[in-house]
Amino acid sequence: MSADTATLAQRISARLGDKIAGVHEWRGETTIEVLPENWLAVARTLRDDADLHFEQLVDVCGIDYLSYGQVEWDTTDVTSTGFSRGVEGEGAGRFDWAERPRIGPGHKRFAVAVQLLSIAHNARVCMRCHAQDDSLPLVPSLTGLWSAADWFEREAFDLFGIVFDGHPDLRRILTDYGFVGHPFRKDFPLIGNVEVRYDEVQQRVIYEPVTSVEPRVLVPRVIRHDSRYVQAQAEAAAAIPAQK
Amino acid sequence: MQEIKNYTINFGPQHPAAHGVLRLVLEMDGETVMRADPHIGLLHRGTEKLAESKPFNQSIGYMDRLDYVSMMCNEHAYVRAIEKLLGVEAPPRARYIRTLFDEITRILNHLMWIGSNGLDLGAMAVFLYAFREREELMDCYEAVSGARMHATYYRPGGVYRDLPDKMPQYRESRWHKGKDLTQRNAWREGSMLDFLDAFTADFPHKVDEYETLLTDNRIWKQRTVGIGVVSPEQALAWGMSGPMLRGSGVEWDLRKKQPYAMYDQMDFDIPVGVQGDCYDRYLVRVEEMRQSNRIIRQCVSWLRANPGLVMIENYKVAPPKREEMKESMEALIHHFKLFTEGYCVPEGETYCAVEAPKGEFGCYLISDGANKPFRVKLRAPSFAHLASMNEIVRGHMLPDVVAMIGTYDVVFGEVDR
Repeated sequence: MSADTATLAQRISARLGDKIAGVHEWRGETTIEVLPENWLAVARTLRDDADLHFEQLVDVCGIDYLSYGQVEWDTTDVTSTGFSRGVEGEGAGRFDWAERPRIGPGHKRFAVAVQLLSIAHNARVCMRCHAQDDSLPLVPSLTGLWSAADWFEREAFDLFGIVFDGHPDLRRILTDYGFVGHPFRKDFPLIGNVEVRYDEVQQRVIYEPVTSVEPRVLVPRVIRHDSRYVQAQAEAAAAIPAQK
Repeated sequence: MQEIKNYTINFGPQHPAAHGVLRLVLEMDGETVMRADPHIGLLHRGTEKLAESKPFNQSIGYMDRLDYVSMMCNEHAYVRAIEKLLGVEAPPRARYIRTLFDEITRILNHLMWIGSNGLDLGAMAVFLYAFREREELMDCYEAVSGARMHATYYRPGGVYRDLPDKMPQYRESRWHKGKDLTQRNAWREGSMLDFLDAFTADFPHKVDEYETLLTDNRIWKQRTVGIGVVSPEQALAWGMSGPMLRGSGVEWDLRKKQPYAMYDQMDFDIPVGVQGDCYDRYLVRVEEMRQSNRIIRQCVSWLRANPGLVMIENYKVAPPKREEMKESMEALIHHFKLFTEGYCVPEGETYCAVEAPKGEFGCYLISDGANKPFRVKLRAPSFAHLASMNEIVRGHMLPDVVAMIGTYDVVFGEVDR
């Protein structure tokens, strides 16, 4: 299959040329980077071109790149505080709704990754784009090309707040009726914002801020750059991104 | 004449045929469905977010709880994604064991499906027949992992442990003793592979029994033939996979087309439907059980002849043996680091899919080099299938909605995640 994907990346860059920001290949998987303004055009070509013919949309995945690569445990320096090194951090498990970090205008936090499958050519491709504006992440909707995009985009909207321009029915799908916030964002607390209980006095179920759980992290997040990963890094470097 | 307007009814979430917690808002014109709006998410637990907050290995158990009738297939997708980013591969014996258990899981799932779908459409007896065999296979799960359902058996780098030499036996009780007990334990005298040999030799006859009950059953055919027809074009556009896609005549099976584990060594056929209706999907699933049986037999004979490692000996990823830990300082350190901090997965992203019993179950994994995943996206086949509900069900009668939910084979653990 790897021989096929080598030519797949070439076929894609030959066909789409200036429309895409880059093609990347790694261990037999092809990823295309696309700008939002070319999103629909690229998707249409991928679906309709006889050489590519990705007739199936398999998955749409929202991603929040906030805190990417941030660690909670410093492994490069020795500290005098010993075991307390792991308790600091910004992970979603460390704050509640009231104390959640308020993020200023950042740098292209949100991304969408779409998995496409060509049954005719037995090939897969991943198509990605970053939403330009963090306060209103906007990506064109693919519902007009693949019906399957409908619910997958609703899910990404619900969980990340990514708005799909042109989606006919962009409602929440997984969270509760009347839910506030987008739970899979990295600044959304792991313990949630509200909890429900039955109130004896009012004789109904009520929503109130979470009090029954404390934010806590059992294992701190750590990134290590030791000999184990040298091979993987070398491999990644060898797979030079075939820029256009 | 009085004008009759469409009216809306609620189907579920507390309906026995809703297969869990599906709330379906149906707009009806008399008995005819004009619009179906499935409301899902009542079982949403935020599995993907939870996985981001834990070291990689601690989330394997969550995968069992997604599609809780095809547990090990879910684990397989997740474990394969980690292995791909780590650049490790499980030893051949482990991959044969995975193939074996993927197929056991497929039979488990289809038995559950045939039983519950039969029940939905008024065939009570199949349920009892199907659960008889399900119990035997659940015992295999238990023998190998200690748990009947949520096994956490697959690990990055292999499987948790080798197959047991002894199959657990029934004990004597007030109800089962003497000859009855001997008969119940007849298959369980030897190892698990002996048990599976006996089971697979017998299983095709059991499938014949289900078919006797359903295939030519007049009521069954009236409820399924020509109901919920999905054209191949629709199936592709809605991202369908598995029996839903094959029932519509598209010959596509990841086990054949993009083989993983040891499927390239296996001899089996892909059943394909013609009409794309509920009845064809029933036939496809029944035939898949027979094919899975074939694959299990092939795995059993290979596993008998080829003992070996079931876990890689890379102690940065897989724990060392306990005996070794008693003597080797190095092994002790590895063990400690692995179970406190876990392992770091190199930066990168991958999408790995397996042919789960319901369709393509995929895991899109992004790692930023840490000991926890940065983002895990689980692609559940039932989610894509259920999305097409409105289009497929429109124009059908209300009872056909039940037939359609059944044929989608939805499980809310994976739809809602």
